Amino acid sequence: MAEKILLVDDEKDFVETLAERMRTRGMNVSTSTSAKDVLDTVDLESFDAIVLDLQMPDMDGIEALKLIRAKNPNLQVILLTGHATVEKGIEAIKLGALDLLEKPTDIETLTEKIKKASSKKMMLVQEETAGKIKDILGGKGW
Amino acid sequence: MHANWEIIGREGFTFYGKMSASISHEIKNVLAIINENAGLLSDFTIMAARGVPIEPERIKTISSKIAEQVRRADLICKNMNQFAHSVDDHIKATALDELIAVVIKLSLRFAANRGVHLEHQASATPLSITTSPFLLQNLVWLCLDKAMDLAGEKKNVSIITKDVENGVIIEFKHSGTLREKSGSSFPGEKENTLIRLLEATMEINDQTGEIVLRLPVSIDK
Repeated sequence: MAEKILLVDDEKDFVETLAERMRTRGMNVSTSTSAKDVLDTVDLESFDAIVLDLQMPDMDGIEALKLIRAKNPNLQVILLTGHATVEKGIEAIKLGALDLLEKPTDIETLTEKIKKASSKKMMLVQEETAGKIKDILGGKGW
Repeated sequence: MHANWEIIGREGFTFYGKMSASISHEIKNVLAIINENAGLLSDFTIMAARGVPIEPERIKTISSKIAEQVRRADLICKNMNQFAHSVDDHIKATALDELIAVVIKLSLRFAANRGVHLEHQASATPLSITTSPFLLQNLVWLCLDKAMDLAGEKKNVSIITKDVENGVIIEFKHSGTLREKSGSSFPGEKENTLIRLLEATMEINDQTGEIVLRLPVSIDK
């Protein structure tokens, strides 16, 4: 099944072109140029991975990451940045980002990270579902 | 004077570093767009080799997008070059509005990050002063940074230059008030040191939301 991806960057030409390339690689891609809008989108839709620019005018990527993860801890976020410092990378990973990639990025590397994100999300959802089933079964007297 | 230069040196490096980081961030964004468009062209050649027809119009669009980004990078580099050369001469005849235009261009990303709109109202007649361009850029940035912090709900900052007797003034008009958020001392030590070295004065008007810098025609005495 095609990975469902949300690509977020304030550079419209960047998101549109990258989205087209990802679609030709079989992914189902939505785009946004606003980090604030993404907070509403994740309430309505589920994604296998969110690719998020670290520095956007309406909201800092780290702040957006915190809010996205607070809404849905299963959501896998890959951050993109102009300059990946070790400090930023550590901070992002501590906050639950799957990875931090530097721009300009190689699409094959990004695709690989997206597949990893998709597998991780699937595993987390399966674990969550198994936990819920266990709770239901444990709560019944049969 | 020694203490002044210690402050100015520290602040100067901070300013130079902040602007350089912002410029390189912009260049990286341009490179990322060019990279994706080059990648898209490469995808098209792979598809064409497999017999998928490619519309010439698509190639034309990609080509114009790359050209647009090259123009954008060229402008960024021109601004960076002007900024870098501002340290060539400690004191020299300086076109005030050109200097302010460079600081504004370098500050656009910081303004966008705060959702602030910047407007430059240049003087009707060209204003030239003999000053330290780098120190003045630094002071203009500090005032602009403060004005952006105070821009309030409307998020507007205007920089207006005017010719006055024995000098020029630069007004930073923001849409908020200074006392509202102040608490912090502005002008602080670094601003006051720059003001002294540039032989300038600063007035702050809370009612009108203005920071006004008055600079002499020449500090080359």
